[in-house]
Amino acid sequence: MRVLMFGWEFPPHIAGGLGTACEGIVKGLAYNGVETIFVMPSASGDEDQSCTRIINASDVPVDTVSTSVDEFLDRVKFVHIGTNMVPYADPEEFSRLVEEDRLRQVKDFSVSYGQKYKFSGKYGANLMEEVARYAMVGGTIALRHKDEFDVIHAHDWLTYYAGIAAKELTGKPLVVHVHATSYDRGSVDNIDTRVLAIETRGMQIADRVVTVSDLTRNIVINRYHIDPAKVVTVHNAVDFSGRENIEVSRGVREKTVTFLGRITFQKGPEYFIEAAAKVLKRTKNVRFVMAGSGDMMNRSIRYVARLGISDRFHFTGFLRGADVQKMFALSDVYIMPSVSEPFGISPLEAMRTGVPSIISKQSGAAEVLKYAFKVDFWDVDAMADDIYALLHYPALSAFSAKAGYDEVNALKWNAATAKLKAVYESVLK
Amino acid sequence: MAKKSVCLYFQVHQPARLRLYRFFDIGKDSHYYDDFANRTILRRIAQRCYLPMNALLLEEIRRNPGFKVSFSITGTVLEQFERYAPEVIDSFRALAETGRVEFLCETYYHSLASLASQAEFVHQVEKHRSKISELFGVVPTVFRNTELIYSNAIGEQVYALGFKAMLTEGARHILGWKSPNFVYSCETKPRLKLLLRNWGLSDDIAFRFSDRSWDQWPLTAEKFIGRMKENAAEDEIVNLFMDYETFGEHQNAASGIFEFMQALPGMVINDGTFEFVTPSEAVKKHKAVASLDVPDAISWADEERDVTAWLGNELQQEAFNKVYAMTEKLSIVNDPVLWSDFGHLQESDHFYYMCTKFFSDGEVHKYFNPYDTPYEAFINYMNVISDFQIRLDEQRAALDVKEEAIKEATAAPAAVKKKAVKKK
Repeated sequence: MRVLMFGWEFPPHIAGGLGTACEGIVKGLAYNGVETIFVMPSASGDEDQSCTRIINASDVPVDTVSTSVDEFLDRVKFVHIGTNMVPYADPEEFSRLVEEDRLRQVKDFSVSYGQKYKFSGKYGANLMEEVARYAMVGGTIALRHKDEFDVIHAHDWLTYYAGIAAKELTGKPLVVHVHATSYDRGSVDNIDTRVLAIETRGMQIADRVVTVSDLTRNIVINRYHIDPAKVVTVHNAVDFSGRENIEVSRGVREKTVTFLGRITFQKGPEYFIEAAAKVLKRTKNVRFVMAGSGDMMNRSIRYVARLGISDRFHFTGFLRGADVQKMFALSDVYIMPSVSEPFGISPLEAMRTGVPSIISKQSGAAEVLKYAFKVDFWDVDAMADDIYALLHYPALSAFSAKAGYDEVNALKWNAATAKLKAVYESVLK
Repeated sequence: MAKKSVCLYFQVHQPARLRLYRFFDIGKDSHYYDDFANRTILRRIAQRCYLPMNALLLEEIRRNPGFKVSFSITGTVLEQFERYAPEVIDSFRALAETGRVEFLCETYYHSLASLASQAEFVHQVEKHRSKISELFGVVPTVFRNTELIYSNAIGEQVYALGFKAMLTEGARHILGWKSPNFVYSCETKPRLKLLLRNWGLSDDIAFRFSDRSWDQWPLTAEKFIGRMKENAAEDEIVNLFMDYETFGEHQNAASGIFEFMQALPGMVINDGTFEFVTPSEAVKKHKAVASLDVPDAISWADEERDVTAWLGNELQQEAFNKVYAMTEKLSIVNDPVLWSDFGHLQESDHFYYMCTKFFSDGEVHKYFNPYDTPYEAFINYMNVISDFQIRLDEQRAALDVKEEAIKEATAAPAAVKKKAVKKK
């Protein structure tokens, strides 16, 4: 079994959890005897290639098809996307701008035809353009390695067009992997319709849709209206190999309750703040930390100030690398009150560090974690109860730390990818 | 006819800027200040402003027998001078020795204590008064509150501390049709006289001096005297109050600000309409024409001339409440190191950095702000406050242990006796 996999990032240079998951998947597949070729827009060369072959899309000249660019665009049937948002333009002005932009970009394509395109591989302003170009390069790569794979596997909407192009050009089956959906990224009335269109298209054309949780599977079925028969859940796992427990010395004597992640609507930061205020009414022997940054950060700071608890509620800003491990090691309780979380790997990290975790029932992780405390994201009373209990009843916290540690160590990619292998087999029949 | 007065007063202050103080530092590292930035900025301003301007003023005072100025120098900046630029203190001392330079009193830490805690306010005023008399050999008799913040209640406190006059802003919403160019008195303590800043003329120098789009640019000493005469045609006194950093820092040397200040004293004296006075002379010379009722605090900051630049939003109010909530515990612990940090944490500048008024005055706020956003300023400040609280609580607890030990020690002989009895 051989798989051509399209990703967006791969450790060590990652911005989110997607790259980490991809690494776990290719390693697990290797264990299960599945070979992978991993394509990414911008490889740095220091990726671990022991389990996969990495193709850097930035190194591949687009010489795919003998036809013109327009025909190529037509062939993979992608709608060309205007990359620049133009606020405050009237409709006529906007359509003129879009048309100009389209012509310019088609010209650009012709110019770069037969040339390499240097992807940033980031999540910047020209993301849509990169996604479109990635599709062209993806098609080229698929044709060139036509005989080296059986199945195409594309991770998240960024790579769906590449997957579609590869499928159209080679006729091989496509599996798309949904790590997150537009409905998790913003509230319903705040969705990027361009992304939504790409997601929908990818899921429709795919032969199988893999979701990271049943929660996400339901979204795919109910919101994207995808046939339930072709949607399969493969829960995420986590790879802790090579992880050393770090020793930290504590500066504060009080117990610490931590939230770590992007401070956005989806992560439910305000519920954490409300729960913190409730706990602080009962006990002063605790500090709360909100680690991370995001568009709700300033609002959260103001909220904390208004509640008058900012000497017990701290913000660290965005943490990277070793600071993340340090933060977990300094914590006594971890909390993930997400409003909508496809999976949510951070509580697994916390539990692995021996920190009891409270997670929302609206997270994919809640489906696999028996020893995490589960509450509804809006139920700040229950959240406060659990925090208080974990802080004050040592038997409870010791037990859940131990059980949680064992539990997450048992969540192996080897088992998860065995399911993935079965999915591949089902599309090859 | 008696000559009209012109009163020059310069504010000298630099804050103790905080270093980037992270959550991970809380409870581990109790050094809060960005020594490098504080030293660099102070040395730069000393070279550009304090030293050349002091030299210029000294020369003009020697040349013109009628020239007088006054200063208010915060305790915080004096500490920084002592540490990083002692020659600046010497140059102020040389000015003091002429006898024609008056030094005013204010809160030692340039704080908002007048709005928070009477005890802390009194403490800081006394601390500043003794610091000034120790350094310059004169005991200040006129008071200037942080950022010219004033209200009836503050006036009462200041009067109770023995001052006969106080400086504040000629705020339009307080004055109404009245002119700032007279001496006024406090509504509730009529014996406390008030000198009001003429903001129009003061800002001509402090803000507009190098503004080429201003129709009065370039401002010459002659032109300025003309404006003073016009502004105070029927009045008695023009109070020009401004930051000392105006000279050479906010208005750079190339703008001609030093030449302007060099020309002004001689020209005012030769013109003969005005004579220079210090604040204490002004209140001796002029009678109060009316009392001013100021129920809510005013200041010289921003368009509103109130205290919203420091206490306008929830972040500022929270930080303010948290820091002043510690006063009682501090006075029990009474540790000099904690007192010093507590003082520096009260500097109004920390609250100013958290200001979210981004429109008309945001630019000015930004200019003086080491932080990118008010939120960063708040987070950093609260992290420091958290560490300070831990130190305070530890010392408080240690004190309890000590007291118990003393109690036990005094009770011990009796216990021993009892035991001895039992054994028998």
